Amino acid sequence: MGRPKIAKKSTFIDMTAMSDVTVLLLTFFMLTSTFVKKEPVQVVTPASVSEIKIPETNILQILVDPSGKIFLSLDKQQDMIQTLTKVGEAYGVTFSDAELNEFKKAQTFGVPIKSMKQFLALPGEERDKILKDYGIPCDSADNQFKVWISSARATNRDLRIAIKADQSTPYSVIKNVMNSLQDLKENRYNLITSLKSVSDE
Amino acid sequence: MAEVQEGSSNKKGKGSKQKKMTVRVDFTPMVDMNMLLITFFMLCTSLSKPQTMEISMPSNDKNITEEQQNKVKASQAITLLLDADDKLYYYEGEPNYEDYTSLKETNYTAKGIRSVLLRKNYDAVKKVEELKAKKDKLELTEDEYKKQVAEVKGAKDTPTVIIKATDEATYANLIDALDEMQICSIGKYVIVEITEGDQFLIDNYLQKGALSAQAAQFEG
Repeated sequence: MGRPKIAKKSTFIDMTAMSDVTVLLLTFFMLTSTFVKKEPVQVVTPASVSEIKIPETNILQILVDPSGKIFLSLDKQQDMIQTLTKVGEAYGVTFSDAELNEFKKAQTFGVPIKSMKQFLALPGEERDKILKDYGIPCDSADNQFKVWISSARATNRDLRIAIKADQSTPYSVIKNVMNSLQDLKENRYNLITSLKSVSDE
Repeated sequence: MAEVQEGSSNKKGKGSKQKKMTVRVDFTPMVDMNMLLITFFMLCTSLSKPQTMEISMPSNDKNITEEQQNKVKASQAITLLLDADDKLYYYEGEPNYEDYTSLKETNYTAKGIRSVLLRKNYDAVKKVEELKAKKDKLELTEDEYKKQVAEVKGAKDTPTVIIKATDEATYANLIDALDEMQICSIGKYVIVEITEGDQFLIDNYLQKGALSAQAAQFEG
C-alpha cells in the first residue's frame, strides 16, 4: 500500500490585490483627515446642528477648559512671533530671538506674560506638562486675554476668532470671554461644535 | 522576494529560443508597510473637521443697544432663561413679576422649547421649508436659497428671542439654545446678561409665588 501522493503546492499568496486595497485606504486617510493639534486640556465640544465647516487658515482659536482656563492657538508661526512681541511690549517684557523661536514651536499657548520667560526656558516636554496648570488671566483685575486678542488682531487683520469650550464650562466663564471680545469690538466669531442631527425626541 | 518562474506553457515552443517567463513580485512587505502607515494616520489624525456656529453679538455701544431693545415689540419677544441643571424657563412679552405662572418651565427637547418656538414662528418655518424643498428640486441655487431664507428670517413679524443665562448654566445649554434658533428659523435673537428681575422671576417660580406674595404684603 503506497501512501497517497500529496502534490507539492507552493504557498505563495498573491499580495497584489491586498496591496491595492491598502494603498487606496492610505490615500483616503491622507486626503480626508487633518492632523490632531496638541492641546493642553481635553475639551469635549457640545453638539449642534450647524453644518458650517471651520475655515482652515487664519484662525485664532480660544480654548476654554471646564475650570475656566484660557489658551490660545494661532495657525501661522509668523503671526505668533509678532503677537508675542506686541504683548511683550505692552507689558514691558522683551524676548530674545531664541525665546521667540521656542515660542513659535508651541501649538497652543497660554501662560501669564510674567511667567512667559521662565516658561520658555523649560525643556519642551516639561512645558507640555505644566501648560495645563497655567492659562491666560482673563478677569477684570488683570485682563491679559484682551491684550493677546488685540495684538493678534493687529498682526493679522483677517483672523477669524473661534471659541472652543468644553460643554460643561459654566456660563460665567464664557460670559467673561464674550464680554472681553465685545469690549474689543470683536462682535462676530465662531463657536466650535461637533455635529449632531436634529433629534425628534 | 521577486521570483522568476519558467513558464510551463512552452512545451512546443521549440522554435523560439526565448523562454517565456512569468515575473512574480512578492507584495507582502509592501502591504506591511502600508498597514503601518495607515495605522499611523488613523491614530494621529482626526477625520471629522469641527463644525462651527457663527454668531454675531451686539456691539457694546450703549446707545445703539438700548435703541434696538426698544424696537422689540413686546408681543413678538420671547425670553429664555437658562438655569443650572439644564433647566430652562421662558416668558413671552413683558415679564409679570406679580404672577409666578407667567414664567413657564420647559426643556431642551423637541417637545419642550422647540414646539413653543415653532408655534410662534410658524409662518417663517413654513416658508423656509418650502424654500428648502425648492432647493432640493434644484429650482433654486444655493446663493438664492440663502438670500431668500435670510429675507424670511429677517421679516418684520418674526419673533425676537432674548437668551439670558445664569452663571450656573453651562456652555452646552447656550449652544443648545442657539441650536433651537437655527432649527426654528429664528433670525433675530440676542444673548444678553441676566438681570436681577429675571433672577427674581426664577426664584419666585421655584417658590410658587411666595416671593411676590411677600412683596405685595410688604407694599400693602
